[in-house]
Amino acid sequence: MREIDIQAEAEVKPRRPGAKRRNTRLRVLLFRMRALIALILLVATFSLLSPAFLTTGNLLILAKHVAINAILATGMTFVILTGGIDLSVGSVAGLTAMIAGGLINHGLVLPTFGVAVYFNVWLIILISLAAGVLAGGVNGLLITRFNVAPFIATLGMLYVARGFALLRSNGSTFPNLAGDPELGNTGFQVLGSGMALGVPIPIWLMLLFGALGAFVAGKTPFGRKVFAIGGNERAAELSGIRVKRVKLLVYMISGFCAAMTGLIIASQLSAAHPATGESFELNAIAAVVLGGTSLSGGRGTVGGTIIGAFVIGVLSDGLVLLGVSEFWQIVIKGVVIILAVVVDQLQQRLQGQALR
Amino acid sequence: MSSTSSSHAPHARPADEVILRAEGITKVFSGTVALDEVDFNVYRGKVNVLIGENGAGKSTLMKILAGVERPTEGKLLLEGQEVHFLGPRDAAGHGIGIIFQELNLFPNLSVTSNIFMAHEVTTRGVVINEREQEKRAKQILDRFDQAINPRATVGDLRLGQQQIVEIARALSQDVRVLIMDEPTSALSTAEVAVLFRVIQELKAHGVAIIYISHKLDELLRIGDYVTVLRDGRLVAEAPAASVNVNWIIEKMIGRDAESFFRQKEHGRGDELLTVKALTLPRPLGGEDVLKEISFSLRAGELLGIYGLMGAGRTELFECLMGIRRGAEGEVWLDGQPLGGRTVADRIRQGLMLVPEDRQGLGLVPTLSVASNITLANLRTFAKGFFLSRREEEGVVARVIEELSIKVSTPRQLIGSLSGGNQQKVVVAKALLTSPKVLLLDEPTRGIDVGAKAEMFELMNRLAAQGLGIIFVSSELMEVLAVADRILVMSKGKITREFDRAGATEEALVAASGIGHGPASKG
Repeated sequence: MREIDIQAEAEVKPRRPGAKRRNTRLRVLLFRMRALIALILLVATFSLLSPAFLTTGNLLILAKHVAINAILATGMTFVILTGGIDLSVGSVAGLTAMIAGGLINHGLVLPTFGVAVYFNVWLIILISLAAGVLAGGVNGLLITRFNVAPFIATLGMLYVARGFALLRSNGSTFPNLAGDPELGNTGFQVLGSGMALGVPIPIWLMLLFGALGAFVAGKTPFGRKVFAIGGNERAAELSGIRVKRVKLLVYMISGFCAAMTGLIIASQLSAAHPATGESFELNAIAAVVLGGTSLSGGRGTVGGTIIGAFVIGVLSDGLVLLGVSEFWQIVIKGVVIILAVVVDQLQQRLQGQALR
Repeated sequence: MSSTSSSHAPHARPADEVILRAEGITKVFSGTVALDEVDFNVYRGKVNVLIGENGAGKSTLMKILAGVERPTEGKLLLEGQEVHFLGPRDAAGHGIGIIFQELNLFPNLSVTSNIFMAHEVTTRGVVINEREQEKRAKQILDRFDQAINPRATVGDLRLGQQQIVEIARALSQDVRVLIMDEPTSALSTAEVAVLFRVIQELKAHGVAIIYISHKLDELLRIGDYVTVLRDGRLVAEAPAASVNVNWIIEKMIGRDAESFFRQKEHGRGDELLTVKALTLPRPLGGEDVLKEISFSLRAGELLGIYGLMGAGRTELFECLMGIRRGAEGEVWLDGQPLGGRTVADRIRQGLMLVPEDRQGLGLVPTLSVASNITLANLRTFAKGFFLSRREEEGVVARVIEELSIKVSTPRQLIGSLSGGNQQKVVVAKALLTSPKVLLLDEPTRGIDVGAKAEMFELMNRLAAQGLGIIFVSSELMEVLAVADRILVMSKGKITREFDRAGATEEALVAASGIGHGPASKG
């Protein structure tokens, strides 16, 4: 008899407010796709205002710029989904750029033997990526084993990695990373400047990282665990999830993405500058937030992050084309980020009510 | 009293077979002994009830059985074989599932994701098979006759539904032993009935249930074996058929149960609070949350509000306190219309709320007992810009004494107190604002029998001092035992009012089901 009760209750409910509810659902959907809508509106506006905007050339350049931030932000998304933050990505990008640059120009100097060993480009890329993963691993260990707050641990790493980047060359740039055919280490520029099927390699890499990231976050048990930790860490622990291991991996992923970014930048410029990637962490965080990921963790998507990176990219590219002052661009970017979070809060409230 | 005076009643009738046995379990936490050589038998296909006051060691024992904690000494025998669990997942692998007392869900994820967390159904171990998971989730949820959408986000569900998701999660793994730590604390009467039916079904499949609850009548209704812990020791084990409520209380608190529910009639004073046609619309339209609520409260009166979850009881309190905006209607306190928009205004006018969610809303866990007590009343102790420590200490010592809060020092962290004592701290904080009317939302939720008795005594004492007290409870026995007058709410309305003489369990249940479909009472 009681069972009947419950079903009756369930059926009675949606009668009257049916239409209103559907309306709210639609609004929630629109809210959820706000980053994409914002992107479309921005593209439409700039196309109308500047004939130079919607040209293949401009779009490719734009996407190439976006790629750098998008790859960085993909790793950042995983970290933020667990409820953490990684402030060190810009510095880690700089450090890996310097490691790669140094290995190409000067090789690995072994003082005891008085020789320098030169590696081929593939190996150099692998070593640099490994260095990024290592830096992320140190972040992860500090956070999981020594209970250092992510903000502090990665802030420390921000300085340490930048310091090492500067130390590597005593503050100067490694120029001309074309390599030497005699040493067999040419071809580094392909990573940043090469093309495949008429599209620059960095854009392919962005698509690869984005697709892989979206797949891992959305479809695999590992991704589900990342969301679980961000939603309720204690419950994750009690469910038998190895929380520490997942967190460690997440910072390693972020380090890997940072290293990739550093390599692309150095390759594009064919030079490694120790200041590479300065304040890039903030752009990455902005992309993640614009893409609808909650800074408190547990909610967000990699796809949103990529769109967020494009919003930032299109905004600055379009504003440049329109001749808006660089200083105003900074102000506008800040306003857009704050706006994104305000709208996110509105969505949360609306969604809560729609389902009640 | 009625039955066994020897603590070890004859057990294990030939048909009943022990599936899991804990032998001589001792657990020491940084010097304090939480469990002292406890033996515990879990019978196959039976409901094994474990009871004891808070701090008696129930939860610790369950965590050991579920592999969350490791015993300092003693061993676990599963089907006669000694086992060592490396962690909760290892225990789950051996067929031991647990539903924790505090909900352990992921509010940001879907019902399906929650159910299959950490044991996802995958294709070739890589990709989560959403469709299969959803299908199985639906099958499990169907057993509960609940209209829970597997795709809904758990954070958007009612508390009772969340509880069911938690239970569904345990059932999604093949369990041989299922530990339920207070599974009904958030469930409505109807949901409890469904849960009990599921438990019967599990029993029939040979699953052993370990069941922990503070609701004694519920335990006797569902239990097959009763084990009582006190101060980390096993004090009694008996078949449930041979014991009664008095026996349980006696074993639990180690003294006579007579003093537990004592009724006192209060002299009624003048009308203190009057609520006229209070209505709270739902923010985005739809049914009103509160509909035309009218009642009054006299000084020195204990007014109980009974109702199912979602009946609008908490919302009523929140309206009175000014937490919810947009309510219409009139409220008079002590002859004055209630004004002001903020909670602080309401407190100044003499209203004070003790919220249901003690941990989340009532206390600041990082502060000491003393700081928590004086938190709502800092202005009184301020000398210029500074807090007068001496005065603060004096007042704190006085209320700790008055409410007999058990602390070693007022400086100790609030988190180290038992639930009952934490609740007293919240009440102490409320009393220091010198309220005229005290609103208590589920004042005994999650605290043990002994602490409940003390809480009722305190409420009686305060009422005798002329305070008006309104308290919300979902436990029938309590409302009937303590309140001078009872209002029953259902679907945002007051459906009936009882005085002490006229109230019966049946009448209250019937009134709480009004508006919930045709056959609310057979």
